[in-house]
Amino acid sequence: MFQSTIANFRKFKPLLYELVSRDIKNKYRRSVLGVLWTILNPLLMMTILSIVFSNIFRFEVQYYPVYILCGQVLYNFFSDSTQAAMNSIIYSAPLLKKVYVPKYMFTLSRIMSCSINIFAAFAALLIVMVVMRVPLHFTMFLSIIPILIMIVFALGTGFILAAVSVKYRDIVHLYSVFLTGFIYLAPVIYPLSIISNPTLQFIIKLNPVTNMLAMFRGFVIYNTMPDLFTVLMAVIPSIVILALGLWVFYRKQDEFILFL
Amino acid sequence: MENIMDNSTNKKDIIIEVNNVSRCFNLARERVDSLKEYFVRKVKGNLHFEEFWALKDVSFTVERGDAVGLIGLNGSGKSTMLKVIAGVLKPTEGSARVSGDVAPLIELGAGFDPDLTARENIFLNGALLGHPRSVMQEAYDSIVEFAELREFMDVPVKNFSSGMNSRLAFSIATIGKPDILIVDEVLAVGDSKFQEKCINRIEEMMAKGTTVLFVSHSIRQVEMVCNKVVWLEHGHLKKYGETKEICEEYKSLYKGMDIR
Ligand SMILES: Nc1ncnc2c1ncn2[C@@H]1O[C@H](COP(=O)(O)OP(=O)(O)O)[C@@H](O)[C@H]1O
Ligand SMILES: [Mg+2]
Repeated sequence: MFQSTIANFRKFKPLLYELVSRDIKNKYRRSVLGVLWTILNPLLMMTILSIVFSNIFRFEVQYYPVYILCGQVLYNFFSDSTQAAMNSIIYSAPLLKKVYVPKYMFTLSRIMSCSINIFAAFAALLIVMVVMRVPLHFTMFLSIIPILIMIVFALGTGFILAAVSVKYRDIVHLYSVFLTGFIYLAPVIYPLSIISNPTLQFIIKLNPVTNMLAMFRGFVIYNTMPDLFTVLMAVIPSIVILALGLWVFYRKQDEFILFL
Repeated sequence: MENIMDNSTNKKDIIIEVNNVSRCFNLARERVDSLKEYFVRKVKGNLHFEEFWALKDVSFTVERGDAVGLIGLNGSGKSTMLKVIAGVLKPTEGSARVSGDVAPLIELGAGFDPDLTARENIFLNGALLGHPRSVMQEAYDSIVEFAELREFMDVPVKNFSSGMNSRLAFSIATIGKPDILIVDEVLAVGDSKFQEKCINRIEEMMAKGTTVLFVSHSIRQVEMVCNKVVWLEHGHLKKYGETKEICEEYKSLYKGMDIR
């Protein structure tokens, strides 16, 4: 079975390329603002949040705007890619009813095209760092590691969502509500230090996204290496989620067509 | 159920073997397609399903080079049978063994992305059928020529008429030399001149050794294209044999009805 899966992947590899390039074309060509928006959106959020937070809450974080922007880059990727993945099967319905195509291709391609957007957002991050005279360190190059971990995490989450949303369409709405709340369960826009309740702080520390953010910011801004807990609590849940996602998707995929 | 065909004497090259295929659908009396509804019903205890067998114990074999028509009234299971053969739908019981690659004619460009140009869609659609870019590059000119859309290749297909769409879709699906071509009521669209061209194309492919499975509203087209006919009735195989005899019987049974 494993071998036939690989053979099948080989056969449909061109499809993966075509699907990703389709997404990119649609995003960046249809609107000239496409690229600009990917860069502007986190920049605007950064500006607003840093004005609001540093004036109202007055907490001291070194390079706070860049701190927020790092959070935005990773969190926006997670939010965009998992939502795109969630709809990937539903949107391909007319096709899946007619042609045999490995269904995971549609979900995988969505995550991949969103991954490419990370680099546009990363460009924005670099510009802000240069403008704000944040010192650049060589650890910057290591920031690809938390990005890769995040991609694995998003892929697993995306597979689960794609598989269950086919049958239960209201998951789509529930998930967007979830995302609105989830941003506060990880220090995306605030520093962990403002959480005074130790239980709550501990819960937030168990969130894999918290640990990916810590690694990412350490590499990009603070020139620090993550501790073992941080690494393990980012890597292990991501791999578990991916395995779970593949399993759920594999189990459910034969019945997709019944609900499309 | 009788099998007029005599396939015991000389062993021919069997390309499709349908063995006692049954396909059951759970028809929820009212469709449950949201989590909310699912839980409400679960609590109330009225989560009932009705079983419906769209195919029941169907067996037949197709030899390489045959053109097999599937006839039967609406809802008799023709499309379901083709989906099982194409691997889109798994049979509930029994098995369908197919030795070769299947090129399904996608319904009216179901595989097209409306925002992409015709040119880009050729590559996307080709990839959906499992063709790499190089193969599509080679076939490109003949596709454009057959579809008679040379001037429109840089136009997004959302601006195409349904006739143009199906011309393009047909041209893409019939490139190369697939082992099996599945045609499910796609020839109903487009003008009669193009329909004729399509039939010629199908016959050309048959001459090159492609096996064809053909469903059409028009019994006349079935008689033109096919040498064997599978007659389905309420999911059961009523008859399988030579086109002439079966079509005569079918026509005389439904004399008053509009089966053309
Ligand atoms: N996904 C499905 N869920 C429930 N019923 C289905 C599904 N697909 C087909 N059916 C039912 O199976 C029967 C056969 O359908 P179909 O194969 O499309 O018939 P035909 O192509 O001969 O008109 C129909 O009664 C149809 O309602
Ligand atoms: Mg049908």
